[in-house]
Amino acid sequence: MTDLQRTCLHDLHVELGARMVPFAGYEMPVQYPMGVMGEHQHTRAQAGLFDVSHMGQVILRAPAEALEALVPMDIAGLAEGRQRYAFFTDDSGGILDDLMVANRGDHLFLVVNAACKDADIAHLRAHLDGVEPITDRALLALQGPMAEKALARLVPGVTEMRFMDVRSLDWDGTGLWISRSGYTGEDGFEISLPEPRAEAFARALLAMDEVAPIGLGARDSLRLEAGLCLYGHDIDTTTSPVEAGLTWAIQKRRRAEGGFPGADRIQRELSDGPDRLRVGLRPEGRAPMREGTKLFAAEDSAEPVGAITSGGFGPSLQAPIAMGYLPVDLTKPETVVWAELRGKRLPARVVSLPFRPSTYRK
Amino acid sequence: MKYTEEHEWLRVEGDLVVVGITEHAAEQLGDVVFVELPELETQVAKGDEICVIESVKAASDILAPLDGEIVETNEALIDNPALVNEDPTGDAWFFKMKIADMAELDSYMDEDAYKDFIG
Repeated sequence: MTDLQRTCLHDLHVELGARMVPFAGYEMPVQYPMGVMGEHQHTRAQAGLFDVSHMGQVILRAPAEALEALVPMDIAGLAEGRQRYAFFTDDSGGILDDLMVANRGDHLFLVVNAACKDADIAHLRAHLDGVEPITDRALLALQGPMAEKALARLVPGVTEMRFMDVRSLDWDGTGLWISRSGYTGEDGFEISLPEPRAEAFARALLAMDEVAPIGLGARDSLRLEAGLCLYGHDIDTTTSPVEAGLTWAIQKRRRAEGGFPGADRIQRELSDGPDRLRVGLRPEGRAPMREGTKLFAAEDSAEPVGAITSGGFGPSLQAPIAMGYLPVDLTKPETVVWAELRGKRLPARVVSLPFRPSTYRK
Repeated sequence: MKYTEEHEWLRVEGDLVVVGITEHAAEQLGDVVFVELPELETQVAKGDEICVIESVKAASDILAPLDGEIVETNEALIDNPALVNEDPTGDAWFFKMKIADMAELDSYMDEDAYKDFIG
């Protein structure tokens, strides 16, 4: 793994017994000795600590309206101290990346996917001034029903925050940029902090009984149960936000006014409906249906009508779960479609997302 | 006990060969959530993909280690795939096969060689 970058917590992961794998150009922990199943359950029951320092953090010193030229979100209406889910769209209405945008007073703070960060920064710079990628801060996520209790021991001010709030809070003389958000469907926080202090902060959390380190394996099963999209899998340049069921993220003013890349298609799909939609699927039986599995309208139909984009086993449901795209007439909950697995057609039931209700502190 | 490079173990039981996956393989796979077993009384050829094992994250196959006939499968794994992690070399055997020539087993690694193989 010589060409891979490492986060500043690499040695801590190794010390904790992580199995390290290549991910988005980084050497990252996929699991710790607890294992994916145990880590998933621990996060749902207590609190899990994730190193997400591979993700891109960017300060944007540009007017909110300027960013609106690249995303179909209401950025001008984003209040100071608040964060919003967003995506960059392209001229054909596809999704270039999904991201979080926070209003931190005199600047916007963006968190983008690791695999897309170079392209995102180039895209931002091509259209905007004041793009400042951050390369000296780690990013941690603390997720789960006990995340608030654990984090409040170090940073009491977090109890004042609600879902999607962002604050600058002090820990032992170190400035933390905290948002109450995450990627697990749980209440929790994402914490940006200077690299030299990241290991001490992580160790202080890990020393608490409720907190265990969680790898990318459980991060994926947690977000899948929460029905959250993984860029490059469930969404990409071939999927529009409307097809992906992300219209909730496009605020009313932007729907009406347009003025973002791909607005023609996105506004048309908003008014007329898309041809296909992202759905949740519950395979009948125990066999997981993975990404790429073809979906058919009937057990004996010749041509596939869609495919699975994320799939695996949901430890909280103790059953296989998947997401994929289907023509709109097959997306009603309880519709049965057929997945081709190892030459056999197996039934799967369309269900509404998320698979497991989220527990955000709204 | 004999071992394959695909991390299967082979144990002779009378005139049958019992097949499972090694502790090392089970550990690498992680929590097993699904097992698909071969059909009984099927003739298999060495290298055929005859079982599917899925963990939370990934799917992998068990290959037929030898030419022969599947005569028994471990149905307990269907209801309790986690057995593969709990007791990979004991209760979590996958299938038993009848083979023409027991001498074919000699080509596989013994325990010391397997330990060297996995480092």
